[in-house]
Amino acid sequence: MSRPIIKPYMMPRTMQEIPFGATFESGHLVEGNAGWRTFKPEVDQEKCTLCLTCYLVCPDGVIFKKGDQLCIDYDFCKGCGICAHECKFDAIKMVKEEI
Amino acid sequence: MSAAEQHVFVSGDEAVAMGVRLARPDVISAYPITPQTVVVERLSEYVEDGSLHCQFMHVESEHSAMSAAMGVSATGARAFTATSSQGLLHMCEGLHYASGSRFPIVMMNANRATAAPWNIYGDQRDSLSMLDCGWIQVYVEDAQEACDMMIQGYRVAEDPAVLTPFMINLDGFVLTHTYELVSLPSQEEVDEFLPPLETENKMDPLSPKSLCITIGPGLDQEIKYQQHQAMMQAEEVIERVDREFGDRFGRYYGGMLEAYQCEDAEFILVATGTTVGTARTVVDALRSEGVSAGVLKLRYLRPFPVKQLGEYARKANVIGVLDRDISFGMEGTIFTNVNSALSRCGSALETMNFIGGLGGRDISKQDLTDIFQKMQDQATGKKQPHVQFFGMECETNE
Amino acid sequence: MIEVRWHGRGGQGGFTAARLLGVSAALFENRYALAFPSFGPERRGAPVLGFTKIDDKKIVDRSAVRECDHLVILDETLIDDDITSGLRPGGSILVNTRTPERYDELFNGFEVSGLDATGLALDILGRPITNTAMLGGLVAKTGIVSLDALKKGMAIELKPALVEKNINIAEVSYERLQEVTA
Repeated sequence: MSRPIIKPYMMPRTMQEIPFGATFESGHLVEGNAGWRTFKPEVDQEKCTLCLTCYLVCPDGVIFKKGDQLCIDYDFCKGCGICAHECKFDAIKMVKEEI
Repeated sequence: MSAAEQHVFVSGDEAVAMGVRLARPDVISAYPITPQTVVVERLSEYVEDGSLHCQFMHVESEHSAMSAAMGVSATGARAFTATSSQGLLHMCEGLHYASGSRFPIVMMNANRATAAPWNIYGDQRDSLSMLDCGWIQVYVEDAQEACDMMIQGYRVAEDPAVLTPFMINLDGFVLTHTYELVSLPSQEEVDEFLPPLETENKMDPLSPKSLCITIGPGLDQEIKYQQHQAMMQAEEVIERVDREFGDRFGRYYGGMLEAYQCEDAEFILVATGTTVGTARTVVDALRSEGVSAGVLKLRYLRPFPVKQLGEYARKANVIGVLDRDISFGMEGTIFTNVNSALSRCGSALETMNFIGGLGGRDISKQDLTDIFQKMQDQATGKKQPHVQFFGMECETNE
Repeated sequence: MIEVRWHGRGGQGGFTAARLLGVSAALFENRYALAFPSFGPERRGAPVLGFTKIDDKKIVDRSAVRECDHLVILDETLIDDDITSGLRPGGSILVNTRTPERYDELFNGFEVSGLDATGLALDILGRPITNTAMLGGLVAKTGIVSLDALKKGMAIELKPALVEKNINIAEVSYERLQEVTA
């Protein structure tokens, strides 16, 4: 599954660098959201059946499958806990983030 | 100040809603738009809890909000609406319609940048681009003034010599969403100050009229002249109503404008809205350093205080005009108005335009101090462009 | 004029705290106050700032707060190298944390206090809403308004069902900070 590209936004310093009109290049994000988390989801791969319900309900689209592993893109996970709440197999636990 | 006044700590938007409630509108038709939404939310809560006896019309757009307000006014009832930016522009044809029809509608406008690019933050492009639509326009500095003007607005708009719609402008976010101390007049005292609307300009089966008639070259110019005269007459009414408000409630705002430290000022900054507050602080600091500075708070931009401006210009050396807008390809709109007024008064004074605070950019005390420095530089011969942008994040080519 | 900057995340009540401080000073101490948030659309979890200005005369300066006298940090995950920018030398910092020592180097030169507001909130309110605990702590640490004025402000601004518990938590955190600084 393709993952979002992060291209940090550079503040323009000269008028030449200012975007034209109301248009700006897109197809990327400018920052991750990892800093927003208080809790992070951790997957028990043994319990996970790869039903992908969590992928369907994730509001930020950070859950993806790699081979037979369920993966979470922690650069963008905001720790909302919906995946853990919806998992029918109790395979996801929300764990307090270490500062 | 009346003993019956209640103190509250509220945002500009909330102060507007409280003022509107005291003014007893008959129908409110408004569509929400940031940063005016809290006004509409509070008013709908007041209608719901019974503290405001009025009809609340849910409309599907600002164009409909103004159309509905016109319908309300056409029956001789008191109308209120509120909007901002894109919403104000969306109801633009209604603005002309309402003023041409001589409906005394009062509207709060939260000053917000106009798209594109899309921007929710504050500047004054929205209302300044509407100076020609025939509405009286006042710009307020703080939440207290916002609340008080909702009450004064109806008195002025509904005066038989005026009968012109009235727009009250608040700087978006900086005023609408900032919380401060406000004294609320009592309902009894407001009722004494603001009687119910009485007008002949309405639909009445006992005295049938056609409203919003069609006209041609035969009569339009005279009707527009009449409208212009009414707006000119409003100056006297504005002053009288403000004085009466001051006598009754203890707060007189200076009528068309307020001059702070301008009596002997060499360098006067003309400004509107919340920026005036910051300018007062800067003027105090400059005065303590021996700089002869003053700030002229333009409250009303329509009608425009031509003569009064001319008076203050006589003793000044340089006048700077702060515009939170730009009429692309020319200059700031307030600058255009000030220059014309000064020219008509026979003033040959140096004037300078300082454009900034666009799109919600903060105007800092340092920005204003630099502006006063530039005015002093101009006076000592260090000539600069008449129109300049300040507070730029990028180097310009100038 | 005293200026306070509040650091929180959307949904934690940081701006409510900024506003309550203003209410207390303006309505119950005969002073003047301005309170405003960092402007813009709000989302739960996103960093937000709140500002309170308090003075004995009317505050006419409406420009953004660039320098402040006190920092209140409701969520220590917001702490980065720039967080003290704008805090005047000798200014105070109140952090919601169990381990204020870990910030000794970063906060060097400022008057720092830690308060386990989250713990208090979970105990007394049953939810991790720390704003009123932090308000009690700020008042104890700085005396910016009296505890009495703060309690009166909370009594008129908060929903009736929440008033008692929040006044309680403010009193508890007030006492706790007083013990620490004594």
